[in-house]
Amino acid sequence: MDQIVLKNVTKRFTTKTLGTVTAVDNFNLNVKEGECFSFLGPSGCGKTTTLRMIAGFEDLSEGEIYLGGRPVSIRSKNLYVPPEERGLGMVFQAFAVWPHMNIFDNVAYPLKVKKVPAAQIRERVAKALKHCSLDGMEKVFPSDLSGGQQQRIALARAIVTSPKVMLLDEPLSNLDPKLRETMRFEIKKLQKEFNFTIIFVTHDQSEAMALSDRMLVMDMGVVKQIGTPTELYNNPTDKFVHSFLGQSNFTHVELSGGRVYLKGDHSAPLGMDAPKTSEKEMLLATRPNTIEISRDEGIPGTVVKRVFLTDFTEYIVALGDQTVRVQAPHRNMFRAGDPCYLRFANPIWYSAQKDASEQERERRTLV
Amino acid sequence: MSMSFTRKNSDLARQDGKRFGLDQAMTALCFLIMTTVVILPVVMIIYNTFWDGTQIDLEMFRRVIFREENLAAMKNTVIIAVVSTIFATIIGVFFAWLLGRSDIPMKGLMRWLFSIPFMIPPFLAAMAWDMMFSGRGGYVNRFLMDIFNLKNAPFNINTIWGIIVIEVVYYFPFVYMQVVSALERMDPTLEESARIAGARQWHVIRTITLPLTIPAISSGTLLVLITSLSNYGIPRMVGSSKNIFTLPTKIVDLVNRAGGDFQGIREATALSVVLVIVVSIALFVQRKLLKAGRYDIIKGKSMRPTLIKLRAAKYPLLVFSLVFLMLVVLAPLVIIVLVSLLRAYGLPFAMENFTFANYTKILVGNKSVTDSIKNSLFLGFSSGFICLFLGVMLSYVIYKVKPRGSGLLETLAVLPYSLPGTVMAIGCILAWSGAVFGITLYNSIWIILVAYIARYLSYTLKSCSASLQQVHISLEDASRACGATHMESLSDVTLPLIKPAMISSFFLVFLPAMRELTTSVLLYGPNSRTLGVAIQNLRDNGYMTQAAALSVVAIVIIMVCNGVVKYITRDRKGV
Repeated sequence: MDQIVLKNVTKRFTTKTLGTVTAVDNFNLNVKEGECFSFLGPSGCGKTTTLRMIAGFEDLSEGEIYLGGRPVSIRSKNLYVPPEERGLGMVFQAFAVWPHMNIFDNVAYPLKVKKVPAAQIRERVAKALKHCSLDGMEKVFPSDLSGGQQQRIALARAIVTSPKVMLLDEPLSNLDPKLRETMRFEIKKLQKEFNFTIIFVTHDQSEAMALSDRMLVMDMGVVKQIGTPTELYNNPTDKFVHSFLGQSNFTHVELSGGRVYLKGDHSAPLGMDAPKTSEKEMLLATRPNTIEISRDEGIPGTVVKRVFLTDFTEYIVALGDQTVRVQAPHRNMFRAGDPCYLRFANPIWYSAQKDASEQERERRTLV
Repeated sequence: MSMSFTRKNSDLARQDGKRFGLDQAMTALCFLIMTTVVILPVVMIIYNTFWDGTQIDLEMFRRVIFREENLAAMKNTVIIAVVSTIFATIIGVFFAWLLGRSDIPMKGLMRWLFSIPFMIPPFLAAMAWDMMFSGRGGYVNRFLMDIFNLKNAPFNINTIWGIIVIEVVYYFPFVYMQVVSALERMDPTLEESARIAGARQWHVIRTITLPLTIPAISSGTLLVLITSLSNYGIPRMVGSSKNIFTLPTKIVDLVNRAGGDFQGIREATALSVVLVIVVSIALFVQRKLLKAGRYDIIKGKSMRPTLIKLRAAKYPLLVFSLVFLMLVVLAPLVIIVLVSLLRAYGLPFAMENFTFANYTKILVGNKSVTDSIKNSLFLGFSSGFICLFLGVMLSYVIYKVKPRGSGLLETLAVLPYSLPGTVMAIGCILAWSGAVFGITLYNSIWIILVAYIARYLSYTLKSCSASLQQVHISLEDASRACGATHMESLSDVTLPLIKPAMISSFFLVFLPAMRELTTSVLLYGPNSRTLGVAIQNLRDNGYMTQAAALSVVAIVIIMVCNGVVKYITRDRKGV
């Protein structure tokens, strides 16, 4: 069953300086029960706005939202269920634990609001605290705790009511990298235990890839692609998705007679089949770790720069007037200035025309 | 790295092998000035209360505080302060929430209305309320009696409750200011988490928002309590004529009745000690309260706070708020302007009764009035510049030189802030009437200047030190490393960086000095009347319309200066 359904959700803001801005444009989504689903995108892309619409903190400009089959926001019927009646759990980036309450009171708050009997509150708070490794700290005030512990309080407070849906708004980005990894693992563990559906908002690609069953990438209010982490990484349908997940090379190429040439240089074809398209020019997208660098096979280039990194060596290679980033093991190293040959694997093709128009649009929004 | 944060300039000088440099000279000067300007008056008050010239005398103190009229004044002071603080807090918090967190329209207009009481001195506001609601003579009372055919005046401002009402409407914007900024900077997710937890709007306000703003509310409340305890203008304007006295008005009354007799001044001194004790208790409570609840509710991530939809209540609340604010903020202004245009006080507001004669009378014909304007301008400018200079020097010494005893220096500088103006004035009389080194400033304008400097120094110190603390010590070090002398790095690097703070701190002194009454009413002599004193004298002598006209002049001067500050300090980049 679909736990969370968004239909044609659109959100427009009107500000004095920018006029009307479409923060979220025609957003459609079905999240299955028990799924861990991530919203990934750069800051300002609309992911948090979407989450806040699901939580009920923002009105919709258009569209409908259903939670567990129950309509909670329907613009056309002017239906709007306030956040407190949506039965959600939510964890915020800035923790948002209440400094005037101790840990017990923080975690017990959702139950007290629901007028749960005191004995039951004690029992359920103890259980939530135990799951978040906070047992025995009931009387402590949040200001005496570290960021990681504060975020655990927020987690315990979110799970104490056993909600069906858990909304996580960049919950790990205020923590240090080591702690982030531990918390990621703990969130997954809690999900198994309490069996809730997660929507996880983040701008950290590795976090999203590690946690999610499925995810989406969005930019400037538009969903670019929805799929499993592997699908998105291996088959990005969009240049933006390609560059946002992992590292990317985009090389301008020209197609001629079923062969692929570097733009403006038809001396040697790249060793791959041309895509089926009527366009003359294309954008070839590759990952630096899939390109083979050697002294004999492939198309010729020159090493411009070598950077010795911990797990691999990175080369910047000039191919004509373009450059390509290549990652290779620490064997048979090239030096700057050395001639070399490159072989591309797993090519992905994007329209060069569309790219040019998108760049133009981006330039204009920046101005 | 951490070394550079803790290194003091004095250490640097020691490395240079210099024993007595610019820093040491400034430090010595600071201690000297603070001693004469602040310590001396305070010591003189205590000395004169308990020393009758030959021996320790506790009898006089006991006699004065147990005299019936003085006990009544103490009782009035506390009742007025406590009751008006409670109501000012309730109203202030309500408006702070309304403007900070709800979607009520016309917030800009309301914010502007809130800024007006800060520009009008309390005694002028009280005078205006007196004109509206004083018995059968008050204009609003007469208007209501005509409409509803009443036999008696519906309101009487000349009571202890009248004083309370004026203080409430005058002081609630102070609470509002404190609380609204806390509400606006509060991390909105603190409230959103409570909504997610299942709490309704009202429940969230009660269990999360209000408890978290308690520190801001209590600091606003205590500010009002202390200001109200030491307020002179409001009880003087509406209470004194009906023999309702508070401690500050009683002190001034005692000094005036003494007519130079030293014993009378000693009695006023004894009451001053009582007033200081009462204020100190309030300050002590404030410390306790603020320590109990200092939360970090402000997070770095800037987010617009979610505005709460008032829905059906929106327009009724808007109408109520606008009517209320117009009434308490604009009505006093309007009545003063109208009265200033009347041919004679008491005439109805009608076209044929209006004239500009009052303005020409005070601005052309009356030398003591024109002198008072000149005096106030002189006092405003000179105390502004001197406090600015001292404030920069003090904050530099306290935060950059950090000599031994810098904590004491800071305490001394902010002490007058909590000392009522009346008490400061008594201290100045005692200190500068020939008691010390035979220096007599009494009856001259200089004693007022000295008192202003002592009172307002803490304003410039606060503003300058806040700015100076943001100038990292490495900036000055860099200039020394480039070959500049200590003096050059001060004038080329440090001072330009805190210039915006310096400009605004000048006006922080200039504006209150321009509208001052409490201190100058005790210190003025025949040739050193200030604007406030001149207005009070005109009114006491029955020239109501001229007093109103001079008030309008004062308000215009203050508003123009305020506009200049706003213009100068707009969009300043921080350091």
